[in-house]
Amino acid sequence: MGQYNALNIAWNALRGHKHWQRAWRDPEPKSNYDVIIIGGGGHGLATAYYLAKNHGITNVAILEKGWIGGGNVGRNTTIVRSNYLLDGNAPFYEHGMNLWRDMAQDLNYNVMFSPRGVMNIAHSKSQYDTFARRANTMRLNGIQSELLSREEVLEREPIIDGSADTRFPVWGGILQPDAGNARHDAVAWGYARAADQLGVDIIQNCEVIDFIKQGERIIGVKTNRGDIHAEKVGMAVAGSSSRLAEKLGMRLPIESHVLQAFVTEPYKPLINGVVTFGAGHFYVSQSDKGGVVFGGDIDGYNTYAQRGNLPVFEDVIAGGLTMMPCLSRLKLLRNWGGVMDMSMDGSPIIDVGPIDGLYLNTGWCYGGFKATPASGYCFAHTIANDEAHELNKAYTLDRFAKGYTIDEKGMGPYPKAH
Amino acid sequence: MIRINCPYCGEREHSEFTYGEDATRTTPDNDAPMEEWNKFVYERANPAGEHIEYWHHAFGCRAWLKVQRNTLTHDISWVGLPHENPEAAS
Ligand SMILES: Cc1cc2nc3c(=O)[nH]c(=O)nc-3n(C[C@H](O)[C@H](O)[C@H](O)COP(=O)(O)OP(=O)(O)OC[C@H]3O[C@@H](n4cnc5c(N)ncnc54)[C@H](O)[C@@H]3O)c2cc1C
Ligand SMILES: [Zn+2]
Repeated sequence: MGQYNALNIAWNALRGHKHWQRAWRDPEPKSNYDVIIIGGGGHGLATAYYLAKNHGITNVAILEKGWIGGGNVGRNTTIVRSNYLLDGNAPFYEHGMNLWRDMAQDLNYNVMFSPRGVMNIAHSKSQYDTFARRANTMRLNGIQSELLSREEVLEREPIIDGSADTRFPVWGGILQPDAGNARHDAVAWGYARAADQLGVDIIQNCEVIDFIKQGERIIGVKTNRGDIHAEKVGMAVAGSSSRLAEKLGMRLPIESHVLQAFVTEPYKPLINGVVTFGAGHFYVSQSDKGGVVFGGDIDGYNTYAQRGNLPVFEDVIAGGLTMMPCLSRLKLLRNWGGVMDMSMDGSPIIDVGPIDGLYLNTGWCYGGFKATPASGYCFAHTIANDEAHELNKAYTLDRFAKGYTIDEKGMGPYPKAH
Repeated sequence: MIRINCPYCGEREHSEFTYGEDATRTTPDNDAPMEEWNKFVYERANPAGEHIEYWHHAFGCRAWLKVQRNTLTHDISWVGLPHENPEAAS
């Protein structure tokens, strides 16, 4: 299939771009694999890649009911950061940052990782104090952070309303300078192509309908393309986790919620980094194509409808216009929704079991894009070794029963609040 | 667009209501085993399809209502008071 490089591009250009080969194969499913990964989102694809690359397990199939990248990995607002507080989370996400930095080289695919900085705005002294605590905690965990004065905030993003009579005047901010954005589709395609090159079968239009059990052990799955057996079955289906768990008679500490996102027509450079409003829920960045991409809260009721409703739409826009009034002049191009696997403490689950032969990857809430590399890395380790990696050992399923929840926001078991 | 036909106020739009939770969960006895409490606090049915749930008419009459909603389509097929149940469920 060949490497992507400048020479290759020039050579293909000379031949009229008529001889590029497909980026990954389209194999028929075999009847037997060492490992099956259900779900061809970012997490499933990354898991398969690291299984092959780090653990030498290449007899792997990814089963995707639609097309790869058609789920949340292709629907998110692409913010990549690691500004977490709690011990269970911080090292995991920071390891992810390290993987993001080298991802394009590692996968030989331009994922357009752009560490343009993630800046959160504070609107009061007390909010600024909590940001100072966060900044200090991040530094103790070896994560870059800076506190910004009001002037520094406005200098970084001149279109923020800096007037004194705005409803929520800017007090200051916190910056993670090495955080930013990546191109979401490219992440899916890059992992897919790299995994395929190592021998992984990517099987699209293949929906897992049920599990095949032998005694108490899972030994394969039933799909619309026939039965497929495997020694180990990993589940990475994000918002569909409860629906698959139901086939096993299991209930998960998960609720599915819809999150909406928005993009405007392309404009000249307007917003330099990622910015979040501190007096409501609004986050925004500008894509390399010029579209202003933004989002806010989840809709707040459990749903599988991949589209949201207007109250949240209005709320998001209101937050955005308060912070950056000039956005009112932009034309919205699209609005869409994705179904999120909201967990009961806002943190994910990467674990062995709870049934023999099954491995669980779920609970990413609406921050799972940034976790893609670390999640794949840790889930592959967990599947290969039948035990958690140091980085995901806190992400167990039984932490709820045991009282070891990882609740960054201190919200309790209310998924709509995380 | 979700609209809820409040038994007291009539049909009102989504933004007047806040979502509560699954209305079919029942609190275990105080001395029930921990496992049951764990299930109650942390596990959710999270069905794809009909769901019976509470909504609060927060910006209206402030009553709690029971609502049957389809989680795949946003369709609301029944609204009642908290002690009532749709026919299929009762
Ligand atoms: C609007 C929006 C904005 C977001 N913004 C951000 C952000 O800025 N930063 C961030 O970090 N995160 C963000 N997220 C969250 C992030 O996108 C998700 O947490 C993450 O993509 C989930 O993991 P995934 O990529 O594996 O999921 P998905 O891409 O959803 O993959 C799951 C796959 O499983 C497949 N599947 C489901 N059931 C079956 C079955 N039975 N058989 C076979 N296949 C099946 C689905 O078709 C799907 O392709 C956002 C999400 C949304 C929707
Ligand atoms: Zn009412």
